[in-house]
Amino acid sequence: MSVLVQGVEKRYVRRDRETLALAAVDLTIDKGDFVAFVGPSGCGKSTLLNMIAGIIEPSAGKILHEGQVVHGVNQRVGYMTQTDSVLPWRTVYENIELPLTFRPFTAAQRRERVEAMMKAVDLSGFANSFPNELSGGMRKRVALAQVLVYEPGTLLMDEPFGALDAQLKLVMQRRLLDIWQETGKTVIFVTHDLSEAVTLAQRVVVFSGRPGHIKAIEPINIPFPRDPFKVRFEPEFQASYERLWSILAPEIAKGEDI
Amino acid sequence: MMKSTDAEAAVMSGGRSIAVAQFEAAQGRRARWILVLRLLVGIAFLAFWEFASGRLIDKLFISSASAVFGRLGKWVMDGTLVNHLSITLYATMWGFLIGSFVGFALGLLFGRFRALAEVLDPFITALYSIPKIALAPLFIIWFGIGIESKVAVSASIVFFVVFLNTYAGVRDVNPLFINAIRIMGGNQWHVLRSVIMPSATSWVITGLKVSVPYALVGTVIGEFMSSNRGIGFLISQATGLFDTTSVFSGLIVLSIVGAIFNEGLGRLETFFLRWR
Repeated sequence: MSVLVQGVEKRYVRRDRETLALAAVDLTIDKGDFVAFVGPSGCGKSTLLNMIAGIIEPSAGKILHEGQVVHGVNQRVGYMTQTDSVLPWRTVYENIELPLTFRPFTAAQRRERVEAMMKAVDLSGFANSFPNELSGGMRKRVALAQVLVYEPGTLLMDEPFGALDAQLKLVMQRRLLDIWQETGKTVIFVTHDLSEAVTLAQRVVVFSGRPGHIKAIEPINIPFPRDPFKVRFEPEFQASYERLWSILAPEIAKGEDI
Repeated sequence: MMKSTDAEAAVMSGGRSIAVAQFEAAQGRRARWILVLRLLVGIAFLAFWEFASGRLIDKLFISSASAVFGRLGKWVMDGTLVNHLSITLYATMWGFLIGSFVGFALGLLFGRFRALAEVLDPFITALYSIPKIALAPLFIIWFGIGIESKVAVSASIVFFVVFLNTYAGVRDVNPLFINAIRIMGGNQWHVLRSVIMPSATSWVITGLKVSVPYALVGTVIGEFMSSNRGIGFLISQATGLFDTTSVFSGLIVLSIVGAIFNEGLGRLETFFLRWR
């Protein structure tokens, strides 16, 4: 098992008022699973992801990752968000190399890995470009290469393709699925886009509106390999989408009322 | 898989098309025109100065362009310029280096440790509110009339500018970058080196740019108060003798030095912020 969430809660105190962002959540994610978190905004799905990453401490309960309690920043995961963490003052090469410089690699090993990684994400000709000279999709590929290059067993992704246009999103989804199938990494993917969740995940975790808790966990029985460009036309996709929507819709309506 | 388009590839690989050449030629023409116009404005100013002197305004007040440039020429020939400018530059340089180093280091420290910043905030504000010029007499008591007191005045001015800018720059760092680096396996030192320092660079450079003229101001004020060498000394001595020609010559030297400093820092900025 990769991630074990036990009775995890998150409370915030703001202006003399305590809000419960996430109410007692239990969840088990097996090694190699591709799990998506969906839910209305403010449901705590990103909060839970950030707690698995160790950026936020839970108010109650505990999280185990690869058998160890997550306490403080979790350095055994790769973390990718919508606003990418590619450093604008470093070139593509230097960005991808960065996580390796934190580890005991020799210069030759670093070079070999970075070059292989740049090839894998089709960025070989752009080693000396700065991120601001790249298109949005290319920058996403740099970010992906940056989290993959140090080979974490688990990828935590918080709407990583949210800012991309529809076509580019599909291209990135296919790339992610390829990587997942090749490497067998555990992926936890937060999104508000139901079709993205159905396209990618084996299981979709639906969060309720505030205070967030898990309302349902739905398996998506579409066989792999899936093609993000075509999968939407399969009857199982439509059925899963409708099932998830019927669970999610009342939560979104609830959010609208507040 | 996604491939970049040909157009993108051409731009990225630095390929020069006809349009690029034309664009560059147009830019070059524009730059030359600006230079010509600048020269014209400068010449017109000098010509008016020369004309007005003695005709519209008493020579005692504004001297004249020819007299001033004659004086500058004389200073260059007889070594006066080197003698006085060297000491002013030397004091300015040390004031700048000490002030900016201490300011940068403390700015980083305060930016990283919020509690420290909160505790010391009222004291820093109080010190900052003192006009640094008012410290000059004190520094003369402490360090004597030699170069040390000029370095101290100029360092105390530079310090605050660089300190406040560095502090603001460190506070301005996107926390997302810090989290990302930590998750990637970086420790506090890595965060400092690969995120905080580069991210604060634009703030720090702005601070340095603003503080260079201040460093010069600090030194010259120190020299005004008491000294026996330096451009400030030259100006204050000439003022006592109603030697307007020398006063203007000194001022021109200072403005040229300031302009050269700024140009140098501008190039440094372009280099450090080339990723923008």
